[in-house]
Amino acid sequence: MPDTTNTFDSSHTGRLEDEYDDAAGYYVDGDPIADTKAPGGPLEERWDTRQFEARIANPANRRRLSVIVVGTGLAGASAAATLGEAGYVVKSFCYQDSPRRAHSIAAQGGINAAKNYKGDGDSVFRLFYDTIKGGDYRARESNVYRLAQVSRNIIDQCVAQGVPFAREYGGLLDNRSFGGVQVSRTFYARGQTGQQLLIGAYQALERQVAAGTVKCYTRHEMVELIVVDGRARGIIVRDLVTGEIETYFADVVVLANGGYGNVFFLSTNAMGSNVTASWRAHRKGAYMANPCYTQIHPTCIPVSGSHQSKLTLMSESLRNDGRIWVPKNKADCDKDPRDIPEEDRDYYLERIYPAFGNLVPRDIASRQAKNMCDEGRGVGPEVEGVRRGVYLDFEEAIGRLGRDAIENKYGNLFDMYARITGEDPYSVPMRIYPAVHYVMGGLWVDYDLQSTIPGLFVTGEANFSDHGANRLGASALMQGLADGYFVLPNTIRDYLAEGPFEKVAEDDPAVVEAQESVRSRIHQLMNTNGTRSVDSYHRELGNIMWEYCGMERSADGLRKAIDLIRTLKEDFWRNVKVLGAAETMNQSLERAGRVADFFELGELMCVDALNRRESCGGHFRAESQTEDGEALRHDDTYAYVAAWEWAGADEKPVLHKENLTYEFVEMKQRSYK
Amino acid sequence: MKFTLNIWRQPDAVTAGKIHTYELDEVSEDMSFLEMLDVLNEDLNAKGEEPVAFDSDCREGICGSCGLMINGEAHGPEVTTTCQLHMRSFKDGDSITIEPWRADAFPVIKDLVVDRGAFDRIIQQGGYISVNTGAAPDAHATPVPKDKADRAFDVATCISCGACVAACPNGSASLFVGAKITHLGELPQGQAERDTRVVNMVAQHDHEGFGGCTNIGECTAACPKEIPLDVISRLNWDLHAALRHGK
Repeated sequence: MPDTTNTFDSSHTGRLEDEYDDAAGYYVDGDPIADTKAPGGPLEERWDTRQFEARIANPANRRRLSVIVVGTGLAGASAAATLGEAGYVVKSFCYQDSPRRAHSIAAQGGINAAKNYKGDGDSVFRLFYDTIKGGDYRARESNVYRLAQVSRNIIDQCVAQGVPFAREYGGLLDNRSFGGVQVSRTFYARGQTGQQLLIGAYQALERQVAAGTVKCYTRHEMVELIVVDGRARGIIVRDLVTGEIETYFADVVVLANGGYGNVFFLSTNAMGSNVTASWRAHRKGAYMANPCYTQIHPTCIPVSGSHQSKLTLMSESLRNDGRIWVPKNKADCDKDPRDIPEEDRDYYLERIYPAFGNLVPRDIASRQAKNMCDEGRGVGPEVEGVRRGVYLDFEEAIGRLGRDAIENKYGNLFDMYARITGEDPYSVPMRIYPAVHYVMGGLWVDYDLQSTIPGLFVTGEANFSDHGANRLGASALMQGLADGYFVLPNTIRDYLAEGPFEKVAEDDPAVVEAQESVRSRIHQLMNTNGTRSVDSYHRELGNIMWEYCGMERSADGLRKAIDLIRTLKEDFWRNVKVLGAAETMNQSLERAGRVADFFELGELMCVDALNRRESCGGHFRAESQTEDGEALRHDDTYAYVAAWEWAGADEKPVLHKENLTYEFVEMKQRSYK
Repeated sequence: MKFTLNIWRQPDAVTAGKIHTYELDEVSEDMSFLEMLDVLNEDLNAKGEEPVAFDSDCREGICGSCGLMINGEAHGPEVTTTCQLHMRSFKDGDSITIEPWRADAFPVIKDLVVDRGAFDRIIQQGGYISVNTGAAPDAHATPVPKDKADRAFDVATCISCGACVAACPNGSASLFVGAKITHLGELPQGQAERDTRVVNMVAQHDHEGFGGCTNIGECTAACPKEIPLDVISRLNWDLHAALRHGK
């Protein structure tokens, strides 16, 4: 998408005229929170300073220091492999049947790095600046600068591992421009950069398994965190094959369990992606930060019917050549689009945003598609009474460039579209609709990636730290690998230098309590003997979240959503039906546990969205827009990270604010008109 | 659309399984094959019968979790993964037989779910380049000719789904091993361990109970990522060279 550095209009940045607190009554104010680990001083020296000041665990001691890593995507496999290489005793857990299947594998586009191999003016500072700006000034400067710094090391590491990045004829690495930035800094491996990077991390992990430093527990799902004397000391998992509940101890626990977009039921996440590991940690004292920040991707294949189980994303590069439109007249919505004459088509992005047209940022493109469908001008099949789709038309591009050129550029995407929809996008316009894609929110961590529970670290999408209110394209892979290969291994050692900690007794009351709560929860799910399937609850929760906490949020809608979620959650615990036995593989039981946690997360997301009466990044509040309907941020009131503390099942969550200050970048309001 | 489904049901690894028959109405041609099974499972759940267990995760054809024998073909009638197969590939009224991957090295866990842990153990025996984090030179230090890089990428697209094994009359994983040998062997970074890699990975392959390759080619025909058969020639070539080098 286009860069807007020169088109800022700062006149909208301002103070709220009245004191609003839409979320009053839904939460309790807590003490402010601060990141106490980030060093001060010149931005470019902070990471070096921290690496030097972080203590080193004695090499001879490391084989007596143990680490649990939950999740084997880019952020988990890289961390487990690197900690294994350093000599720690690592246990790695994933719910999939192999570490290599984690959902990082599905990332298509690429990975950013400030290598400046193109000599086009890129630099660490420029990547830092773009990321801060892209995050709509809701991320920390120190974290983001470090991310940009280590981005360069990631590419070196991956090439050395044999990751087959695209290359030029001279044998050097190719780069492309991605996500609307002005430089070419994205490294890629055709449409499957995620899979190739994950295979690299997976192979490094398996090498450590062979070396005996890492033990992998596949088909094991974390269902509880063990906190003893205020420190994270282990996890409880369910063996998904035998159903056994097992307890594992360690000196430190790392969560790399990914994002929670599946709270919306339909998303581009994998079927199994879930929030349980994070949520269990949250309930044990880890703060959840900015949970409402969700990224919605505009170019996904629309829902085809009520059977839909997930959504598939197509690269947004399609918007470079495709033109987006809907019929001007509702009466034309069920016609063959080829029969609708030019004058009856509304190229609405080109009309509303003449400067940027079809290349407006993701959130704007998404919101306008929703507006068109809400007006009744959507296209494609009616699902629950509404047509949710807009056309993405290549007719003009095929006429201008020829079919061969379009096939060369987008052939694989066109094939994928044809396979899923049964339509030929070379002759009929594609239909697209936005879908939930990524969450910027996650567990709160300090500069060391340590949560508010000592000894619990969080990496990758599961933490909140680097993307602010919106993530740039090709930055998710960068952050996952930065955290796992380079940041965490250098910060966790400061904590581990205090270890090994005293062995946890198997009959420690905290351990027994955690085990019993897991067993009683499973017992309750298996013995409710109700009438509704787990999926039907999940689908209904997803509809509520999508309707009221999706692309556009309002105070009334969010309050309604909270009521609906509470009612649905109660019904779930009274009326859910899980068949089979808990002592065997039971996929319904697995899902039931995940959905139970999604209810609680969904409610907190709504409270967070209610509290933030401003529009920033992926969060759009109907009450906070310009006269033209554009997002309006309120820096004086909301330039903070909202870190939520769990206060108990029937208690209001506690809000701790971490103020964001900008020493190196000036906060600006964006404009795409 | 309406289908008769003959599905392998097996309660666990040790109990014998058998085919059960279910009738399913109101299937839409836009459903993916796995969404069709989701609908069946909702039906079964409503009737008080335990749903059919099957693996799936990304449902966009890249994680390799899903994999079913459909009417005797790995991933069914199209060249794609089971999750990307849609019901429009079948005719209304069809009878469809659904079984788990069939191979000694992939024991059944439950219903349509099998244990593919053998693939991880093969990779552990050398399916990597030994470089610790932080020990890498600059990414541009070693140029890689574009044709080699492209070839490495083409074979690195393997998603470890196991269709090659399920399709092979010998239950061989030679296509899987050959793809990894070729991916790493095409790159300058992979040369140092080329001999030991092939010897150790092949030994583990045989140890896991996979059969030998007799050049039938069912593997490449079933492969959703169209890994070419010549990776097995490369595997044999490298193995021969390594043995000649006394490995």
